[in-house]
Amino acid sequence: MSDNRVPVLEVRNITKRFPGVVANQDISLTLHAGAILALLGENGAGKSTLMNIIYGLYHPTEGEILLNGKPAVMHSPKDAIALGIGMVHQHFQLVPVMTVAENIMLGSEVVKANGLLNVAQVAKDVSELSSRYQLNVDPYAMVEDLPVGMRQRVEIVKTLYRKANILILDEPTAVLTPQEIEGLFEVMNLLRKQGKSIIFISHKLKEVLRVADRIAVLRGGKVVGEADPQTSTQGSLAAMMVGREVILTVEKELAQPKAVVLEVHDISAKNDLGAAALNNISFDVRAGEIVGVAGVQGNGQTELVEVITGLRKANQGHITISGQDMTNASPRHITQTGLSCHIPEDRHTHGMIGSYSVADNLILNTYNQAPFARGISINRPAILENAKKLIERFDVRTPSAETYGANLSGGNQQKMVVAREFSRPINLLIAAQPTRGIDVGSIEFIHNQIVAKRDDGVAVLLVSSELDEIMALSDRIMVMYKGEIIGNVLRENATREGLGLLMAGVHAEPVPA
Amino acid sequence: MKQRYSARQKTVFKILGAVALLGLVILVNRIPALKEITALRLLFGVSALNFTLRATIPLALGAMSGILCERTGIINIGIEGMMLAGAYAAFVAKVATNGWPLYASLAVGVLAALLVGGLMGLLHGTFSIRYRMDQIISGTVLIILASGLTAYLFDRNAIAEGKFSAIRIPLLADIPVIGDILFKNPPITYLALLLVVVLHITLFHTRWGLRTRACGEHPRAADTVGINVNRYRYFNTMLGGMVAGLAGGFLVLEAVGQFQEGMTAGRGFISLAAMIFGNWNPFGALAAAALFGYTQALQNELLLAGFTNIPRQFIAMLPYIVTIVAVSGFVGRVRPPAAEGKVYETEGHA
Repeated sequence: MSDNRVPVLEVRNITKRFPGVVANQDISLTLHAGAILALLGENGAGKSTLMNIIYGLYHPTEGEILLNGKPAVMHSPKDAIALGIGMVHQHFQLVPVMTVAENIMLGSEVVKANGLLNVAQVAKDVSELSSRYQLNVDPYAMVEDLPVGMRQRVEIVKTLYRKANILILDEPTAVLTPQEIEGLFEVMNLLRKQGKSIIFISHKLKEVLRVADRIAVLRGGKVVGEADPQTSTQGSLAAMMVGREVILTVEKELAQPKAVVLEVHDISAKNDLGAAALNNISFDVRAGEIVGVAGVQGNGQTELVEVITGLRKANQGHITISGQDMTNASPRHITQTGLSCHIPEDRHTHGMIGSYSVADNLILNTYNQAPFARGISINRPAILENAKKLIERFDVRTPSAETYGANLSGGNQQKMVVAREFSRPINLLIAAQPTRGIDVGSIEFIHNQIVAKRDDGVAVLLVSSELDEIMALSDRIMVMYKGEIIGNVLRENATREGLGLLMAGVHAEPVPA
Repeated sequence: MKQRYSARQKTVFKILGAVALLGLVILVNRIPALKEITALRLLFGVSALNFTLRATIPLALGAMSGILCERTGIINIGIEGMMLAGAYAAFVAKVATNGWPLYASLAVGVLAALLVGGLMGLLHGTFSIRYRMDQIISGTVLIILASGLTAYLFDRNAIAEGKFSAIRIPLLADIPVIGDILFKNPPITYLALLLVVVLHITLFHTRWGLRTRACGEHPRAADTVGINVNRYRYFNTMLGGMVAGLAGGFLVLEAVGQFQEGMTAGRGFISLAAMIFGNWNPFGALAAAALFGYTQALQNELLLAGFTNIPRQFIAMLPYIVTIVAVSGFVGRVRPPAAEGKVYETEGHA
């Protein structure tokens, strides 16, 4: 691929300042026709900001954008679309109560002579695009009835309908099963062969190495370097992303599971909409082992964790922790008597209180015990002392113990939650999506902490939609699909393909666990 | 995929139901034997139905106003205030032009109602969008503003001379029973019914309607395809205000003929109930408004017929009770625009 062609897209010296923070600093990148450029970086590195600038949602403070060598100013997405730039956002921008055709034509409607919308014409155009790019979508389906993988296809067709030549895909694989990810890569290759150029934003090293022609790494708002996928490794990329050596595999010894700590027997429960979320779930977790629950989000994992931690009523079945019946017990009882701890999947809503200080967050479930409470009054010095110790032990990067939780970065918020939960004696650890949305360095730290707890004899239940995390940490893996457990394999017998099939609901041969 | 009756099937059911009701009405009014039964006459007689239509029109217009605002994402509970302001403006304009030929004077009244309603709508939009005020508070403010200003400025000695009279539509007015009810009405009534049809078509089959609904369901999605969400919200809120003003104009120029303090009597709120009960659809809201209008007609018929078993006051409560029961029974089965009431901000714009 020669580099003296005019690049189809070039950004030069782009800087974007928000009050108090520089999101992009002097960024220069080029994208050539028919190429896939991967933009790699942590959450908060500035990738989405840069893409929003290219797409016209933000205006750059300094710098310029050139399309095919000519300067282009984007006042709004309308301009970007007119110039052939299309974007598929991480969180889909589809109206759930409208049909696929209505969503695709929104903003670029086709109108009949009498002024009414020409839905039939749009449906025809969509079918034509569907077959050309192998992206089958039903124009008359309601978006809210579509599964996630199909919605993403609708988003891609939406950009192609507007004749996009440059497609920006923002973290497209976050919500897909392994098989759907393969499907997406095939689509990307097909698009590339037809001359489209793609910017692929991700923080997943494996995928970036697989599919990109070139990789640009962002850190702290700057481009810290470009890499050639042919010669890079996950390790070298991670080091660029974080700025230091990162150990990506978790060193752990073989598990030595002992007595059963958590026993879940025949549990059924409903979700918030009243539909069945869990269907006769039974399993157990022993001391000193990590049981991983894999599965695409939305198959009952959230409800399972809520039932076990006392946040949701089970309408059938029972749960025992260390021999004591904890079915439908209160969270406090489960925490204090059951000696269990919970790293919630949504740290903002369930893990911490953003408007409380770090010190207060660290005593959220022990505030009513000595030494933090004396009768009815609170012992502030003890709380601060405790905070100091935990902040150091768990490497929580914060300006002070009084900083508001909301002001910490995602990784440090999670480390704070881990610090709180691990600072008391526990027998059972329930970790739900423990490393979602946090930086590689913090991931490394938290994974090591979880394994250390396992080695201390704690029973660990790990729920994650990141298959790599499950495979790195678990001793035994279960897969959840539509509220049921449809697989229970030892780690050494598990394969990515096998798990991926289970995650998609394809029942495999039962493997002796 | 969920099991559901297709939209087409549901529409067929509704049309069949309406036709059946119509058939019943015609039967009751044509067959002498049935006409004698007081209960049937009270429930289905031409007099009751005429009253129903008169009561329905302001409610339907108010509901259309609500739909225009809420479908774009702006909660509007100030319809009551916009209606009252429109009524007062119509009255003042009519009185000022009392010397003019009747239709010119009435037209000026209508224009004034539209203008003032539109201004109130624009005010609500400004409070909600530019100043990010809580939209329910903004609506309440407008109601208090209208109530206070109109009561303060109202000159009780002023008398408006004349109001809209019925216009027969040839041929259609000769249809038995239906013709008497539907096709011998004054102009704003026709306009209101036409507006329901027009709003339904434009909301679901035009470019403006698609974009409006996107602004109310998922404004970010609309923004990312280049739609100016707040511009749509300003425009539609102003339109909604105009329609609510028209409802007030109807009360003064077509129904009563004069202005009275607080003459809207809660119609703005019942309109909201009609909008919700009608699931934010123009035809649905019209049907709901007709139901509430019917209860007002029933109330009237019962009083006229000398029904003294139940105290007068309880009969007067009938429309409001039906409203409460209807809305509370249907909460959870209707679905408001997903993004209504939330301020839409485009982040990071310079």
